[in-house]
Amino acid sequence: MEKENRSRQVLSRIATNDQHGENSPYFHGWYAYERNRFHPTQNPQGVVQMGLAENQLCFDLVEKWIKENPNASICTREGANKFKEIAIFQDYHGLKEFTHAVAKFMEKVRGNRVTFDPDRIVMSGGATGANETIIFCLADPGDAFLVPSPYYPAFGRDLRWRTGVQIAPVDCHSSNGFRLTRAAVEVAYKKAQESNINVKGLILTNPSNPLGTTLDMETLKSLVAFVTEENIHLICDEIYSATVFSSQRFISVAEVIQELEHCNRDLIHIIYSLSKDLGFPGFRVGIVYSYNDIVVSSARKMSSFGLVSSQTQHFLTSLLSDEEFVDNFLSESKKRLAKRHHDFTTGLEQVGISCLKGSNSGLFFWMDLGPLLKEQTFEAELKLWRVIVDDVRLNVSPGSSFHGLEPGWFRVCFANVDDQTAEVALERIRTFVLDNGKKGDEGR
Amino acid sequence: MTRFSKSRSSKPEQEARGGGAAMRVIVPLQGVVQGRGGLVLGSIIPCVLFYFLQLYLKRNRNDADSENEQNPGGPNTTTRSSSSGQLPELDAIPRSLSRALLSPKSPSGPVSVSARANGIVKGGAESPYNVGLKRVKEDPYDELANPNGVIQLGLAENKLSLDLVNEWLVENAREALLAGGGELGISGIATYQPFDRLMEFKVAVAEFMSQVMEKVVSFNPNQIVLTAGATPAIEILSFCLADSGNAFLVPTPYYPGFDRDVKWRTGVEIIPVPCRSADNFNISITALDRAFIQAKKRGLKVRGIIVSNPSNPVGNLLSQETLYSLLDFAREKNIHIVSNEILAGSTHGSEEFVSMAEIINQEDLDRNRVHIVYGLSKDLSLPGFRVGVIYSFNNEVLAAAKKLARFSSISAPTQRLLISMLSDTKFVQKFIKVNRERLQKMYVKFVAGLKRLGIECTKSNGGFYCWADMSGLISSYSEKGELELWDKLLNIAKINVTPGSSCHCIEPGWFRFCFSTLTEKDIPVVMERIQKVSEICKSRS
Repeated sequence: MEKENRSRQVLSRIATNDQHGENSPYFHGWYAYERNRFHPTQNPQGVVQMGLAENQLCFDLVEKWIKENPNASICTREGANKFKEIAIFQDYHGLKEFTHAVAKFMEKVRGNRVTFDPDRIVMSGGATGANETIIFCLADPGDAFLVPSPYYPAFGRDLRWRTGVQIAPVDCHSSNGFRLTRAAVEVAYKKAQESNINVKGLILTNPSNPLGTTLDMETLKSLVAFVTEENIHLICDEIYSATVFSSQRFISVAEVIQELEHCNRDLIHIIYSLSKDLGFPGFRVGIVYSYNDIVVSSARKMSSFGLVSSQTQHFLTSLLSDEEFVDNFLSESKKRLAKRHHDFTTGLEQVGISCLKGSNSGLFFWMDLGPLLKEQTFEAELKLWRVIVDDVRLNVSPGSSFHGLEPGWFRVCFANVDDQTAEVALERIRTFVLDNGKKGDEGR
Repeated sequence: MTRFSKSRSSKPEQEARGGGAAMRVIVPLQGVVQGRGGLVLGSIIPCVLFYFLQLYLKRNRNDADSENEQNPGGPNTTTRSSSSGQLPELDAIPRSLSRALLSPKSPSGPVSVSARANGIVKGGAESPYNVGLKRVKEDPYDELANPNGVIQLGLAENKLSLDLVNEWLVENAREALLAGGGELGISGIATYQPFDRLMEFKVAVAEFMSQVMEKVVSFNPNQIVLTAGATPAIEILSFCLADSGNAFLVPTPYYPGFDRDVKWRTGVEIIPVPCRSADNFNISITALDRAFIQAKKRGLKVRGIIVSNPSNPVGNLLSQETLYSLLDFAREKNIHIVSNEILAGSTHGSEEFVSMAEIINQEDLDRNRVHIVYGLSKDLSLPGFRVGVIYSFNNEVLAAAKKLARFSSISAPTQRLLISMLSDTKFVQKFIKVNRERLQKMYVKFVAGLKRLGIECTKSNGGFYCWADMSGLISSYSEKGELELWDKLLNIAKINVTPGSSCHCIEPGWFRFCFSTLTEKDIPVVMERIQKVSEICKSRS
């Protein structure tokens, strides 16, 4: 026993601390789901997974394409002739055709209003790896980044764990629809400076997770101006860019810097991935796009720690180069997301539950269950959440995991289930709300 | 092996990954202290400079750093970011001088990036490893299309048996594809791999590892963590077993990529432990011990040893006796052993490969200090697919590594394809056997060719390369002389080889020649070109 303890002591701090964040409720809900998964016929009483932001609405389109394009895969008779060169290829610049195809795709998603330089596209191990890589390139241990809250729970791990960097939250409030303002950023920045915290930059998730909203041109411009004035970096995590399903179009930071004369491009970086827009999280395609040459060079060398499988690069080159398919996919995906979002939000409205107004994107909506809370505290929120997971059997994500200030909000993912399951889930929430009765409309 | 290697400085322990400003103070100091500036100046100037350095550091430091094992004035002097006191658990991580390091001026003023990023700008870009790779890319040899191009002998890739894998694919394509959850089925695309799917792949990999090592030992899939290549596997273990500022002992010459994988983002040091040609470059426990003691004197905490078996660049196999000695040493010092066995299936000599896994049994308490790195890049010739393995007997390490592997996970379609391939045991057996035969054939031919030119190689039993002694051809017995020869080989003979200095070899004149990207026809061409340079060198002396 004593010898066991002795060897246990010789692990690193990183290996033994809690910074991976996997002890938060966000992940506990997943375990509940794992133990008792819903299935329409085999397990209709199981837990429905509504905590996973995956886009599974358009798999049929992809499957059809795969069947019709056997040469895209090196595992077919048609495609096998490419096998040798693909299997051997491990250049961290990536397949030239791949980076070109990704650049073109990113341009398409932004309505071809901007151009991306394929040489600035750097691979990484999913968006998870991309976020960590950009931080490794921009900041040293002890530095901090401003992050508008509520924010994606795993930022705690991705931005901080191995990098040693801190998060300085920028508070957003329901009173103005959780909209991010330059003023709020300035307040947080000043607060950090007063505490002697060295802020290296600001991270925006646009479209936002968990809010499902996008930033308007004016706000983006003011934020770009802010970082330029303070000479700090701006990282725009745009992994949900193609999930904007409303008429309000997506505005990328790439567009903004085209319009602004006086901004320092060396401060601007974009994080992208194919996991959300295309529904390919299993492919582990993360992209770091930087306008800063040193960052590109550094990130590229770091990409050795998370290169995209050459087999996957090869496949995606074909897929993304098929313009007809891509155009059709993007428009279909928007339609299906819009419908699903509409079905849920109107269905909930009918029983008096409101979702964040103005949400126009993402694979989830931000639901307000404040009226159901016994008290406006996070303890009450977690109690309510336990009831929803265990009794209502829906794994939704409690707002506290997203580090917001106001209890009672929940993130509900709607794009990872089929229509039948979605109906079941909606029915369950409606039933629960009606059974428990609202505390009235006052107070929100 | 992807392209990155820092050029070797003459004093490896001075390579501060982020302490750019510290380096600017210390390196000239070394010169003064060594007597070039005179004894008096040599005493006063360092004191004065260190005094001001301490003042600067004190001003930026928050609280006394009780857990920091660094000598404040040592080669790895770091300072804190001014905000570091805010998060208690970060107190002990040595900081780098972020404020002092600015990127080259951009039109709108200097933009500050991290010390790691700046380190890339400062050094490493023009290392022989990278220069050589670039030259091949620009002017690649082709027997018909470009007979005067540069021949690649610097990349440890195995093209000898790819045709076998290709054949398998063509024959089994239908099953490997879409229908029924194949390569690109829904389950191949969705990340949220049901637990049993991922386990299926681990089972296949465990079985493959066992086959590769001649079924002498079986591997438990529950002790496997999968990573996107062996590169992140090494980095993850470095993050798990050591804190920033700690060190690993690594016998030299070693794989140049270790400098990046073990040290770069982790802040961990490598203490090179020289092996000598007199010992056929085998590991000496005495040398390990000496290095350990010296490290202790310098205040460096050693957390483990990293060995490669078969070794790279030499190609040695570690004997069972050596493995036991290493384990004894690790137990005595209470440190870890990381055994990089990525070439276990690429042995070609008469000697038998012995894995660390063979000498550890389930009841052994020391099993908690043993970790094995593996991957499919070498033995299965699939470097592009990015499949690496951490195999450990330590449950805490496995738990931590599993979480860290989220930054480097394997593409799902690739997993599905490989489950099919690796489960075909007949194919695997045939592949391993034929591949070994082909490696053996090439090795023998290549080494014989060099011998005819008067160039001897160490007797090696594994890997895709031979380790050649060309010290007879270098003008001066030094790194400079070696690099001059390397340059001639690249620019006159037009072959890209890896100089021993890139691998931190302490004896100049050794070169690694990779022969596994050649065909037999290419060997005489290579030998002829080497002879040209050899004659030039001999005529000059």
